Amino acid sequence: MSAASHPKRQVHLVAHFPGVNSSTVWSDPNSGSQIDFESFRHFAQTAERGLFDYVFLAEGLRLREHGGLIHDLDVAGRPATLAIITAMAAVTRNIGVVGTLSSTFNEPVELARQLATIDHLSGGRVGWNGGTSPDAFHGGNFRRGGYLPYGERYVRAEEFVRLAKQLWHSWEEDAVRADKESGVFVDPARVHSVTESSSQFNVTATSTLPRSPQGYPVIVQAGDSPAGRDFASQNAEVIFSLHTEYEDGQRFYRDVKGRLAGAGRSEDSLLILPGASFVLGDSPEEAREKSHEIGLAQISPQTAIAWVEAIWGRELPELDPDGPLPSIDPGEGAQRLGQVSTQVADRVARAAELRARAEAEQLTLRELVVAETTRHTFVGTPEHVASEIDRYVQGRASDGFVLVPHLTPTGLDEFVDRVVPLLQERGVFRTEYPAAAGPGAGATLRTTLGLPDPLAAREPDTAKEAAA
Amino acid sequence: MSPITSGNATPFTVGIALDGAGWHPAAWREDAARPAELFTAAYWQHLITTADAAGADYVTLEDAVHLQGVDPLQPNAEVPPRPQRGHVSGRLDALLTASWVAPHTRGIGIIPTVTTTHTEPFHVATALQTLDHISLGRAGWQLRISTGAADAAAFGCKAAPAIDARAVLAGTPDAGLQETLEDAADAAEVARRLWDSWQDDAVIRDVASGRFLDSDRVHHIHFEGTHFSVAGPSIVPRSPQGQLPITLLAHSPQIFELAARTADVVFVTPESDSVRAGASRGKSVAQLVAEVRAAEQRVDRAALGLEPLRIVADLVVGLDTEAETATDRLARLDAAAGARFESDAHVSTGTAAEVADLIAEWREARIQGVRIRPLTLPGDLDTVAAELLPLLHGQGLGAQPAGGEPIHLRERFGLARAVNRYETAQEVAA
Repeated sequence: MSAASHPKRQVHLVAHFPGVNSSTVWSDPNSGSQIDFESFRHFAQTAERGLFDYVFLAEGLRLREHGGLIHDLDVAGRPATLAIITAMAAVTRNIGVVGTLSSTFNEPVELARQLATIDHLSGGRVGWNGGTSPDAFHGGNFRRGGYLPYGERYVRAEEFVRLAKQLWHSWEEDAVRADKESGVFVDPARVHSVTESSSQFNVTATSTLPRSPQGYPVIVQAGDSPAGRDFASQNAEVIFSLHTEYEDGQRFYRDVKGRLAGAGRSEDSLLILPGASFVLGDSPEEAREKSHEIGLAQISPQTAIAWVEAIWGRELPELDPDGPLPSIDPGEGAQRLGQVSTQVADRVARAAELRARAEAEQLTLRELVVAETTRHTFVGTPEHVASEIDRYVQGRASDGFVLVPHLTPTGLDEFVDRVVPLLQERGVFRTEYPAAAGPGAGATLRTTLGLPDPLAAREPDTAKEAAA
Repeated sequence: MSPITSGNATPFTVGIALDGAGWHPAAWREDAARPAELFTAAYWQHLITTADAAGADYVTLEDAVHLQGVDPLQPNAEVPPRPQRGHVSGRLDALLTASWVAPHTRGIGIIPTVTTTHTEPFHVATALQTLDHISLGRAGWQLRISTGAADAAAFGCKAAPAIDARAVLAGTPDAGLQETLEDAADAAEVARRLWDSWQDDAVIRDVASGRFLDSDRVHHIHFEGTHFSVAGPSIVPRSPQGQLPITLLAHSPQIFELAARTADVVFVTPESDSVRAGASRGKSVAQLVAEVRAAEQRVDRAALGLEPLRIVADLVVGLDTEAETATDRLARLDAAAGARFESDAHVSTGTAAEVADLIAEWREARIQGVRIRPLTLPGDLDTVAAELLPLLHGQGLGAQPAGGEPIHLRERFGLARAVNRYETAQEVAA
């Protein structure tokens, strides 16, 4: 039972480039460009300096709209995911790069090739968070248009991953000979064409890329529904979860890891990394004060009103941010388009819940929105934050965190400078990246994450599946 | 001396077209070839930094949805395509390779091939815009259509167009091809509108009103085409160039018209005696220039608000070295491949001076640049960089070797700063 006989569980850290939500503060004088490449270079290189596992970027499919106009209160505008994560990998050496790429508005043969390309270019450092996109609003920018009924979203995601994996496996390891003497570039017998007829896809193709360093990208999953959890237990290697409360995190951790055995997988083949925000101070009081200020910067008076309008599903022109919540009942309108977090199934019930909280805690409208949307996960001294992260990981409430700074592009700097060394002192965070398997490159992302090679176990099956 | 700074004359550009181990099918077997590295970043970084250091105006990167060696217009093309033992098979995605190389280069333009027929115009447009941000205004687009049954089967979203390959090769109008070209024109139009959908000053960060954006300066594009519609705006703020130069390779009047409607630069293939040149087979530079200008008249390009097309002539180049003449090299490569090299572009072998003379001669027929396809990589690229580019620079052709601030690719082609259509509309309304 001594510490020596049980090595400490290790923390994994992900750096989430600040997104297009109100949580990203743009009014601060230190807030930089959301689009210039220098911001992405700084962010990726800072995360690599902090020995993070990977940098993460969400995907933009359509600008958000509010009340029929482009939503103008939050940071908006971002790069296309694939191109920017490639460039971030180009200016780093060891850190992984992971992006959200919708399985709804991409096609498998194309996306599989793009991800394999990044895996080749980066020496095996790419991962894929395969989001699903439900609504026709996003579809308005795409050939396929329309939307998928809820039930079909995970069917398509599941079939998408299955087909992509077939494509990724379809060139055997040694298919490329590149033998100048004999004139054999490729052994066609080791390149298998793929044919798939399923409910969502009808594809016949030969992959245009040899097998990449990782075989296939690390599969990340962000969904949290029962269907999402089942999908994750089958396919995911990392879950980006929302369960940041300690006990809730432990329950989620047990639930998801408990499903793995049924899928024939070991517990260490899946990491659970909740999203988390942080505010550091030299003293607990200073940190709390900063957290309060950041919350107010995240929720301007206008943002507070717009959030309530989004929940209420109607315009509320007379609202006072320093007054009470509206007394009128919610409408049915889609006031905010393109943002999942403000889509509410039962607006009346949600409004009642918010009114009850405002009453109980004596909050103005803006204070309520601050309380509802900006609760910072870790607030305190660097020592406190390091000890909290350690506690979550040792207590199986998570395997680490996806950190979401509130500032672009320097929001991670202080964490790297002040918290990472303390995690290292605790013996729960790496002091260097793992060694590469071969010369001239860093380790693969899967190696950095400590995940098993999924191809090692499944090779015979997939070779059979892929044979045409 | 630099044509870029000398008055209003359109500069004469010199670009390099990169593909695999070079344009000869047996190029990968050369001693200097690095066939085992074709799928690595180091290989592409080496090639493009070589071209950058030598002062080439731009590189283009070939790409397609299907394996190389498959002729999409071959009526009996195998579906799915199968790799050929003796040929380079497989390619990295060109746009992502460009995105990797961009931060490692300083001056050179980077033009990936991105296909339109089965891809999402929104993804294509926003990825190219992102490349323009990453490269600080050095990105372009080589637009390509996918006509083959193999490409359609790989996506599984829509049937391949019914195209009469003989008609296309002969350059006679074909309804199936026309439909694919219309779709490509729509994709290009969507890209152009999305690239303008944010005005340069859309981000205002106005704390008093709480607004990050001025939503009056970010525009839906409301594109409604025959086969698809795109609402917009782009997810990407306007990029350094605003409008990326659109380029395309064309062999026939139908494609010249597509270029005249959508592109800034058209690559043509004069003086090729190969059947692969299609309708351009056997035509001189002057004939092709006349055909392109006629196509511009037919579509009334000036009325579209576009500057005259920059006509750039492609040629495959093999250069003599101390070790062997390029003619010997070509013969040796042909023997290795087991067939005489056939290219849609003219194959020019000789000394750097001889090739420079040919380019000077072509220039007389009023083209605005050449795109060199090295016979072998990195071998012939190294010689082009060391011998041919300095000769051309000495004649005032092409950009000077890098050293100053990186310049936008538009500027290299002599294209004026792109005016945002939405700004114009607003001014008119005001």
